[in-house]
Amino acid sequence: MKEKLIVSSSPHIHNGTTTHKIMLDVILALVPAVVASVILFGPRALLLIFVSIAACVVSEYICRKVMKRENTIGDLSAVVTGLLLALNLPVSINPLIAAFGGVIAIVVVKQMFGGIGQNFVNPALAARIILLNSFPKDMTTWTQPFSYKYVDAITTASPLGLLKQGAPVSQLPSLLNMFVGDRAGCLGETCTLALLLGGIYLVARKVISPVIPLCYLGTAAVLSACMGRNVLIDLLSGGLMLGAIFMATDYTTSPMTVKGQIIYAIGCGVVTMLIRNFGNLPEGVSYAIVLMNILVPLIDSGTRPVAFGKEPSKNET
Amino acid sequence: MNEDFPTVPFKTHGGAEVPHRKNTAQAESVVLPPPEQVVLPMQQHVGPPLTPTVKVGDHVLIGQKIADSDAFVSAPIHASISGNVSAFKKVSLAGGQVQNAVVIDSDGKMEISPEVQPPKIESKDDFLKAVHASGLVGLGGAGFPTYVKLTVPKGKNVDTLIINVAECEPYITSDNRCALEDTEKAFTGIRAVQKWLDIHRVIIGVESNKPDVIEKLNQVLAESKETRDGEIHLLKLRSRYPQGAEKILIQSCTGRRVPMGGLPADVGCIVMNITSAARLGDYLTTGMPLTTKRVTIDGSAIQEPKNVIVPIGTNIRTIIDFCGGYKEPPKKILMGGPMMGISIASDELPVVKQNNGIICLGEQEAHKMEPTACIRCGRCVSGCPMNLMPTLLEKYAAAKRVDMLKKLSVMDCMECGTCAFNCPAGRPLVQAIRLGKAMVKAEGKKK
Repeated sequence: MKEKLIVSSSPHIHNGTTTHKIMLDVILALVPAVVASVILFGPRALLLIFVSIAACVVSEYICRKVMKRENTIGDLSAVVTGLLLALNLPVSINPLIAAFGGVIAIVVVKQMFGGIGQNFVNPALAARIILLNSFPKDMTTWTQPFSYKYVDAITTASPLGLLKQGAPVSQLPSLLNMFVGDRAGCLGETCTLALLLGGIYLVARKVISPVIPLCYLGTAAVLSACMGRNVLIDLLSGGLMLGAIFMATDYTTSPMTVKGQIIYAIGCGVVTMLIRNFGNLPEGVSYAIVLMNILVPLIDSGTRPVAFGKEPSKNET
Repeated sequence: MNEDFPTVPFKTHGGAEVPHRKNTAQAESVVLPPPEQVVLPMQQHVGPPLTPTVKVGDHVLIGQKIADSDAFVSAPIHASISGNVSAFKKVSLAGGQVQNAVVIDSDGKMEISPEVQPPKIESKDDFLKAVHASGLVGLGGAGFPTYVKLTVPKGKNVDTLIINVAECEPYITSDNRCALEDTEKAFTGIRAVQKWLDIHRVIIGVESNKPDVIEKLNQVLAESKETRDGEIHLLKLRSRYPQGAEKILIQSCTGRRVPMGGLPADVGCIVMNITSAARLGDYLTTGMPLTTKRVTIDGSAIQEPKNVIVPIGTNIRTIIDFCGGYKEPPKKILMGGPMMGISIASDELPVVKQNNGIICLGEQEAHKMEPTACIRCGRCVSGCPMNLMPTLLEKYAAAKRVDMLKKLSVMDCMECGTCAFNCPAGRPLVQAIRLGKAMVKAEGKKK
């Protein structure tokens, strides 16, 4: 025959899922949180999101060029990192700090280890921790939602900060206000409603399995109750929802087996609540997830599935 | 009734939702007009190649044995058309291996050999001899000689016969059509195995995407007056690839797991394809050995997809021309389905016993995505029906770490392709695993 045929290894069809499509789904799932952040904290939120994403994408582009590797900005993972980083920043922060965070996330945490799939901790969270330690005051100055409408934005303490100072629960925003995001905090972490919508979308699209968020939140809730804290306030405050749904579920830095994911998520919950209850910091989600990220290789090698037919139990015949 | 028969399939791990594309499921099979020539490779089974029992110039008739072997693991080959043996030549097979072949030029008469007589069977030995003489091999794709499969090793107790009508590969519908068109023959084959191997439980596993097959088989069973048909039951299986893989099918039907490196007999099962059963039934009633195959011709490059009954050894091109030829230039031609089929370099190959489909993919369908970096999403791990970690196997194969490949059970991979099908990074996981297997085998030989 005249036509040349392709000879290649099976399988010869593919289900069409690509890294690009997965990242696009994550971005879509974050749209409610982005909208909520703009409603709550004003147009400045958009500026920070834009700066952070731009810093991530540009530094990824330059990194790949310098390293003479194929360019990967098309897979949208840098956009996701930039978006998540921005959602983890307070609205009052200097955009230059946000840009610096983006560069740290992509250059130091992601590309220096080989790019997508190779980083051992979540880039956005690692960058956030570096910012938190480099600019502690800027990173913990919270603005009252909706106060951007006034000449001087009102700074206030976050609910977890108030609790840490020993304030009674009555001084905190109501649970309903906290659920819709009317409380001090990072751009994207306050509106639990928006985050849940995004989480449901990701589960429905099979981008994430609910194992990690449920185990993380479940562990945090149980420990909160055991520690005599207010469970609902713990679930609705700080970065727990954002962390459990969008950060702890990052593929690269979470275990691959269900068993491993359960161990990892429980670990995240335990560390979060230990920091919240006993640490000097009011909040511990970032540290908890990054700590557990580091343990992932260990968890993965300890939870390898037993191959079919290699089970120790005798077969019934 | 008997509680030993499951009413719902047992749970299995992983798998993929592959597209069905069973375009030919509703169309009656058509018989190919006699081809001018057939080429019969001397190896159409798992096991050593056969030696021809005919000479160049001999006149042969349909059903006449033309090649055989003394080896236990083998199956004889029979003339599929009447005519003259014109040559012995080397042909390359689907996998690229070169094999001797007997070429028969048709005399156009399609005369049946007087050798074709129903076998006389009075004992289990007679039965197994007949199965061997029929030339049957596992027709699901692997090509394991059927009589070897039916020869239960000493010390093993087989209590269940599973008939495979899962047919989980996209496009392929030859088993589907066989179940509808050759129902009686299939039951004759099943009843014979039941009788001579003394098996009291037969489970016919059908994927739920074939409701007409389920209805038809159930109807035959309901109307049957055969005394032991009460021991035959139908099980509707989930339409989830790779449902028809032997180990997965056994688990779905019985809940038993074949031990690694073991055979179905280790868990008391024999698995037969419905087409094998039907051909066995045919041989027992008429004495006609395996000389024709029903193959599904489909794919985006095919003009008129259909199931065609062809003499074994027919040139693929002849069959494709019979199906209206190509609609667009084919970019990839597969022997078998798109998940596990072998892509071949030319359409000038002969159909062999194991073939159940020829799938021709056009430009768009043959397009393979460029691999990007693994993002550790775990889809290959959660999808692997063998519970392996394909992404790690790929990495260790690239690093030539034979020790780790062995530790992670690379040899247990059945190459079903679920991992690569699901991989969002388009990693060539199955290809890497094949390389890994070759490394493990090479090291085994060194020692």
